[in-house]
Amino acid sequence: MLSHVTGGGWGLHPMQRTGASAAPYPAKASRAARVCLGQKTSLPSQPPGRMDTFEDTARRLREAFSSGRTQPAAFRVAQLEGLSRFLQENRQLLQDALAQDLHKSAFESEISEITISQGEVDLALRNLRAWMKDQKVPKNLATQLDSAFIRKEPFGLVLIIAPWNYPLNLTLVPLVGAIAAGNCVVLKPSEISKSIEKILAEVLPRYLDQSCFAVALGGPEETARLLEHRFDYIFFTGSPHVGKIVMTAAAKHLTPVTLELGGKNPCYVDDNCDPQTVANRLAWFRYFNTGQTCVAPDYVLCSPDMQERLLPALQNAITRFYGDDPQNSPNLGRIINQKHFKRLQELLNCGRVAIGGQSDESNLYIAPTVLVDVQETDKVMQEEIFGPILPLMTVRSLDEAINFINHREKPLALYAFSNNSQVIKQVLARTSSGGFCGNDGFMHMTLASLPFGGVGASGMGSYHGKFSFDTFSHHRACLLRSPGMEKINELRYPPYSSRNLRVLLMAMEERSCSCTLL
Amino acid sequence: MKDEPASTNLLTKLDCAFTLKEPFGLVLIISPWNYPVNLTLVPLVGAIAAGNCVILKPSEKSKGTEKVLAEVLPQYLDQSCFAVVVGGSQETQKLLEHKFDYIFFTGSPHVGKIVMTAAAKHLTPITLELGGKNPCYVDDNCDPQTVANRLAWFRYFNTGQTCVAPDYVLCSPDMQERLLPALQNAITRFYGDDPQNSPNLGRVINQKHFKRLQELLNCGRVAIGGQSDESNLYIAPTVLVDVQETDKVMQEEIFGPILPLMTVKSLDEAINFINHREKPLALYAFSNNSQVVNQVLDQTSSGNFRGNDGFLYATLLSLPFGGVGKSGMGRYHGKFSFDTFSNHRACLISPSGLEKLNEIRYPPYSSQAQKLLRWAMSSHSCTLQ
Repeated sequence: MLSHVTGGGWGLHPMQRTGASAAPYPAKASRAARVCLGQKTSLPSQPPGRMDTFEDTARRLREAFSSGRTQPAAFRVAQLEGLSRFLQENRQLLQDALAQDLHKSAFESEISEITISQGEVDLALRNLRAWMKDQKVPKNLATQLDSAFIRKEPFGLVLIIAPWNYPLNLTLVPLVGAIAAGNCVVLKPSEISKSIEKILAEVLPRYLDQSCFAVALGGPEETARLLEHRFDYIFFTGSPHVGKIVMTAAAKHLTPVTLELGGKNPCYVDDNCDPQTVANRLAWFRYFNTGQTCVAPDYVLCSPDMQERLLPALQNAITRFYGDDPQNSPNLGRIINQKHFKRLQELLNCGRVAIGGQSDESNLYIAPTVLVDVQETDKVMQEEIFGPILPLMTVRSLDEAINFINHREKPLALYAFSNNSQVIKQVLARTSSGGFCGNDGFMHMTLASLPFGGVGASGMGSYHGKFSFDTFSHHRACLLRSPGMEKINELRYPPYSSRNLRVLLMAMEERSCSCTLL
Repeated sequence: MKDEPASTNLLTKLDCAFTLKEPFGLVLIISPWNYPVNLTLVPLVGAIAAGNCVILKPSEKSKGTEKVLAEVLPQYLDQSCFAVVVGGSQETQKLLEHKFDYIFFTGSPHVGKIVMTAAAKHLTPITLELGGKNPCYVDDNCDPQTVANRLAWFRYFNTGQTCVAPDYVLCSPDMQERLLPALQNAITRFYGDDPQNSPNLGRVINQKHFKRLQELLNCGRVAIGGQSDESNLYIAPTVLVDVQETDKVMQEEIFGPILPLMTVKSLDEAINFINHREKPLALYAFSNNSQVVNQVLDQTSSGNFRGNDGFLYATLLSLPFGGVGKSGMGRYHGKFSFDTFSNHRACLISPSGLEKLNEIRYPPYSSQAQKLLRWAMSSHSCTLQ
């Protein structure tokens, strides 16, 4: 039984919009979506809609792709503009949904979801034509008279599987890249962040050409079945465990993938730093979105001395940010669901609670917490925390910290705090990770000029900005020759002679031309 | 190896932003038998340049080269960072159970799937250089002898055992009539009247492939060549006509000195035919009319594309070499090799002080701060090219 799919031609085509702001979404679309989500609803009676099976949807999208509809820049621009309008016209709706799903404050929703997505759309709109251009490449003597270039082509049908923690950002930002690159897209948002899922399924399609775009709904079973189908590219954000499942499924069709996974992001805090500054930064990046961030600092490595100085500073920061009673702060979010709540509650038993430690199941609340005296073998030091808990582990030296880090899986992000830039450089030079930030948290994510991705168990591939466009494009090497001048080719044909060989080799050489790259 | 600086936005103006190229660690390179030195060494160059340690698994089928790679090559490298593993498909399977930090595979799509599935267990990133049937469209508007020379050379080079060789030709019946004598001319010119005795024609790698190719000689009708000699794994430079789409020779990658010609009624039919099949590693179009060449380019997809010639582009290191769809994923050659074997680590170094500037982002959140941050994040300084 396949997951039900919305976007089967219902809803308004963005080209048909008259420019007025969107009316509340048509009843038809919402009926389709609600049936898809398995809820009963009492709506004015509508003729029963055709419920696409996924095969139908895939076929429809592939046909649209084969027809060349997504090739012209104008089409892609129209889609991106549609995304832009989606964000602008539904700002409140999106903030409300994020508040519902994750208790996100408007501030956090704004800067980590809406503005980031809008920024990516705007960047793509500004640069699309430049990105799409054939990229000329230097030639050697043998190809001097040829036209040599790299052509960026869409792959075809792209599947984007998004998670629940930044459900808007981690769906839309890849979507921007996939659309800019000219692909047709199937979106599979997380069923766990239900409110955003609903908007993505019911509202978003109205802003896009639905012959080239669809949303698939469902849980892990439906996703597994979705993955049996053949896609031309799969972009997955989620856990390493599911990443393996996705890659294995992709292997059956030789589908290329980008996997944005996770891990435990170490954070080294040197003795030579201002504890309060570090504590502010640590606390903000740890408790932002209630710690449910793949690039949040996961644990701290510092000297016992530094730990003593950090603890009161962290308490200061937490009180300053969330007040004396964080549970009542409007600026602190909640855990996504029961299952994760219980998982985190268990982690509170590791080591010793130095700050926080309270929890309230009735509203999935976990206090901003700092743990000390943790062992490497404790659960909190084994699995990705993904919650508002920060363990501090003491080390005797920078070397010990680096060794500790290097004995574990390569993380998605790595942090080092020090006034001494040599220390920062050392940590950077002697470790590996997807991204690195010295003296701050995950600000590197906000820069579209940096490739965002993991390495090792934290993922493969990267995106953001132009990297997204390149990720979702096939770079086709093209060499166009003139049909004549066959005499020049005589050199290479049999019967072979060593004289001809010498001349040919010279013509093929890198040295003899202007083509030293970079 | 240099760090690549990245542009910053208003929020990160005081920071140092750059991309650092790092080796992955332990790289496995599995190479095939058809260009056993090239397809082992060229990836090896990239892996070494990027700073990795490398395990090489050369093909056991090209025994002469395998021996040299296993016994001679290590003498030239630091053996604490480099090793050669020898063995057949069973040993390769066992090798793949281990965890590598990158796997570079050149070979068939069938084995490519096995490699990717094994890599998935460890979340190992991969490049797969696979194969397929590379179509070659020959327009009516061209000089048959020129085209035949080029076709013949690229088809029979290395006895056709080239992943980017033109695999089959699509042309009009009229063009086919003109091509046939031209191809015969070219073959005679290159290999003489008795190709089996030409020093310039190679042999098929082994019995298994010889028998496979011999069977393909039964498809359609032999227009040129068709001879074979099992005693020295010789297959004559052959051209087949009257082949059907369902014939074996039009179903599997030929990888031998056999060139089927299929007739089509128009360019559109040729393009449709191509697009109904798996995306190939290479695609060729011959025409005096550049519009035709461009049309084929625009309306198809492939790993690489060449207008009016064969695979010499593989020698242009400024072009990325790789497949798409069933013909592979990832690319290499030149700098692309270095980049393939590197982790591109995004780095941001912020000042440790200046904490006052950060106040704006901390809770308790205010809508004023929200507006300001929103504006700062939307700043346009990072237009990438």
